Amino acid sequence: MSQDAHVDSATAVLWDRGGTKHDMIATRTFGFWLYLLSDAMIVSSLFASYLVLGHRVNAAAGPSAGDVVHPIAAFWGTVLLFSAILAYGGAMVGLKRGDRRAVLAGLGGAFVLGAGFLFVEGRDFAELALHGMVPERSGYLSAFYTLVLYHGAHLVFGLLWIAVMMAQVARQGFTANVIYRLLNLKLFWFFQGFVWIYVFSFVYLTGALHVH
Amino acid sequence: MLVDYPGPWTFLLGRLDAREIPLQNPILLWTFVLVSVGAVAVIGAVTYYGSWGYLWREWLTSLDHKRIGVMYCLLGVAMMFRGFIDGVMMRTQQLMAVGPKSPGYMGALHGYLPPYHFGQIYSAHGTIMILFAITPILVGIMNIIVPLQIGARDMAYPYLNAMSFWLTAAATGLVMISLFVGDFSHAGWVGLSPLTELAYSPGVGVDYWSWAVQIGGVGTTLASINIIATIIKMRAPGMSWTRMPIFCWTALSASVVGLSSFPVLTAAVALLSLDRYAGTHFFTPGLGGNLMLYTDLFWIWGHPEVYYVVLPAFGILSEIIPTFSEKPLFGYVTMAAASIAIGGVSWSVWLHHFFTMGAGPGVNAFFSIASMLVGIPTGVKVFNWAFTLYRGRVRFDVPMLWALGALVLLLTGGLTGMMLAMPAINYTVHNSVFVVAHFHNMLNVVGFACFGAINYWFPKVFGFRLDERTGKLAFWFFSAGTVVLFGSMYALGFMGMPRRMDYIPFTSWRPLLMGEEAGILLFLVASYYFVKQLFVSIRDRAKNRVTASDAWGTSRSLEWLTHSPVPFYNFAVQPHINSRDEWAWRREHGLGHVRPDRYEDIHLPDNTPLPVMLGACAFALGFGLVWRMYWLAASGLVGIVVLVIARSFQDGPGHTVPGARIRQMEASYAAAPGEVGAARDPVGGVAAWQTASAPRPRAGDGRPARP
Repeated sequence: MSQDAHVDSATAVLWDRGGTKHDMIATRTFGFWLYLLSDAMIVSSLFASYLVLGHRVNAAAGPSAGDVVHPIAAFWGTVLLFSAILAYGGAMVGLKRGDRRAVLAGLGGAFVLGAGFLFVEGRDFAELALHGMVPERSGYLSAFYTLVLYHGAHLVFGLLWIAVMMAQVARQGFTANVIYRLLNLKLFWFFQGFVWIYVFSFVYLTGALHVH
Repeated sequence: MLVDYPGPWTFLLGRLDAREIPLQNPILLWTFVLVSVGAVAVIGAVTYYGSWGYLWREWLTSLDHKRIGVMYCLLGVAMMFRGFIDGVMMRTQQLMAVGPKSPGYMGALHGYLPPYHFGQIYSAHGTIMILFAITPILVGIMNIIVPLQIGARDMAYPYLNAMSFWLTAAATGLVMISLFVGDFSHAGWVGLSPLTELAYSPGVGVDYWSWAVQIGGVGTTLASINIIATIIKMRAPGMSWTRMPIFCWTALSASVVGLSSFPVLTAAVALLSLDRYAGTHFFTPGLGGNLMLYTDLFWIWGHPEVYYVVLPAFGILSEIIPTFSEKPLFGYVTMAAASIAIGGVSWSVWLHHFFTMGAGPGVNAFFSIASMLVGIPTGVKVFNWAFTLYRGRVRFDVPMLWALGALVLLLTGGLTGMMLAMPAINYTVHNSVFVVAHFHNMLNVVGFACFGAINYWFPKVFGFRLDERTGKLAFWFFSAGTVVLFGSMYALGFMGMPRRMDYIPFTSWRPLLMGEEAGILLFLVASYYFVKQLFVSIRDRAKNRVTASDAWGTSRSLEWLTHSPVPFYNFAVQPHINSRDEWAWRREHGLGHVRPDRYEDIHLPDNTPLPVMLGACAFALGFGLVWRMYWLAASGLVGIVVLVIARSFQDGPGHTVPGARIRQMEASYAAAPGEVGAARDPVGGVAAWQTASAPRPRAGDGRPARP
């Protein structure tokens, strides 16, 4: 093609002599971004289902959003969740300084606060179940539980991952592998917080307005 | 939490008991006997030749993108035969069950298949052909070719690549085992809701379908991530976006589509599974379910999936046609842009699958126009290929025949697609075999491209060309079969024949049904020649050996720069890219034989059994869930989590191949091009059965020091 005409074949470089060193950490975090995109598609599908099944018909003469959501409980959960994200941010600051103890403290804090969120959410759900508001009750409740618990599942796997990373940081220190995993876990941990912003706004806050 | 379903349950076996093995059905019994004999023969042969170690070390645990790609293709081709047999059975049933006086055999009122069995066959046919035949073949081809075309040593994530493959294999295993243990879904490959709900399909068939689709969907999503990251991060120096081969552009566009659409399928089918296992009401007809929600979610994946399979096919055509026209591709920039445009517009057309569902004229008009818009970039592509052919020195080698056949089919398939995009026509032919003929027409484009790709790139991977004569016979019989079968089917569609019928009420349709049967018999002959082509080529491989790196003499892109078969390290030294068609540029400037003067150490990942074990765990998870053996499902899930964590503690140090060894291998290639086997350094290329072991990592070999 004409655009290549300027390359002079007599002097052209044919082989990359140094051998390109691909930036392993950048490649790994890029792939994790792509994974998050696919996860975001599942979250959007669940949001779409929640909104479609939010019509009064889908409550099947049972409880609707206004009866189900407890924005105050969810508020305290939100406080815990965002503190957990802040704690992870602290761990990242520690990573920049290469401070192993600060990283472990940050991860430990994120673990405890994340577990606290799950405790608050679990208590809320237990109360709902006591009032017969279970996923089998109606299409609306199915969508409600699935959406909120899908976020909760991220927390469960996030906690597992944090525990694994604490072991690796303690055992191996900051190898390239540990660093990229900490960065990916950061993305994952912030992503679930990002999802929660939407869950809290569209499920809990908006839902509380649905009183009829 | 868990719902009740009819029938007994035990802790150990869940719903499974001996009666679930369909010994009373003669078709399945004989299939089972045949498969068992075949399996015993294969296992016996592998044991006889003492190849278990070789198979395990070199293939099953391999992280080499070429080998994983070959395994993908083998899996896909094998499943394509399975799906094809399903097709033969359906066509034969329809021909046998015409009119009220048609006799019935083996428990069927008409024909030889009772409706429930017929339903399982068409569901399996669709699911297998789309998800477990075409998709693995294309992913396999992308796996092999993309890293070679961009001058990379491997995919961005070799381990993830093996994992994707074994997840796909596990899902395929679930589909296959449903033949002999229990039954398969009878609700269509689309999972017609609410027929898939527990109340209407209480058996395990839908569960087999749903878990296979979910596990396979995860595998394909991960494969898409890998291909995108490979193309974006691993291109050789000098390969700017506008120098990238079109196949890579289409692979990129397809993978973006795959990455964004497969999760929606996973979500839709997971919600269905929640309905079936946890008693939720997403898609149930009562208690607040909404079955159109399923239909929408399914097709939000379903239509992009069509472009996921057709885009790589377009890429393949864009590689084959310039090679055999002996000139550069016409309109490179518009070709790349059209690939991205098709991927983009794929997201706004899904509703044309159910125009008749009453969305209203505004919505239908939007999706109608969006669907017709697809014709613009596709038309651009067709004209680009035509102008590439124009004044080219066209050679009719086997790959080129398949490519030209695909072009013709694309024209008819595209035009009938335009017809279906108009709601007015769509209302008339909705749910008729006209639709079936249209999408088989389009998927045949993909099939033709796949056959073309197999013929085109086979010498690159294995070091010898496929036999010409049998290849041409396969092509002509396949083309004739396509015309006869789908010509008849289009006509039947216009006459109003609905799809998925196990009994045909009108005897006047019999001649055309016989046409369909004749077409599929031609397919049968074509597959015989395809198998014979493989057999003859392997037998006479010495005759068809490729001695140059470029098997066709007029190829253009980078993969033809390295040896055929490709050594395990792809390129001894990473090439620097100077031109859009780098290999053609080097050849035309007399640089084709310039080899690097210095070799450096190459770092490669170690083989690992973890991906196979992950696949086995995924299979256990799926099988356990299908039969509600919860202990097995839980073990599978725990196994997956444990393996993932175990892998993260291993760090995968990899091994280093010293530059001196590379020099020695390159010298032996130069001395005896195209040779593989014992005479050569045992590292060899990927040439299937012949190459021996890659170097085993020795302790401390190239491992980074622990901090």
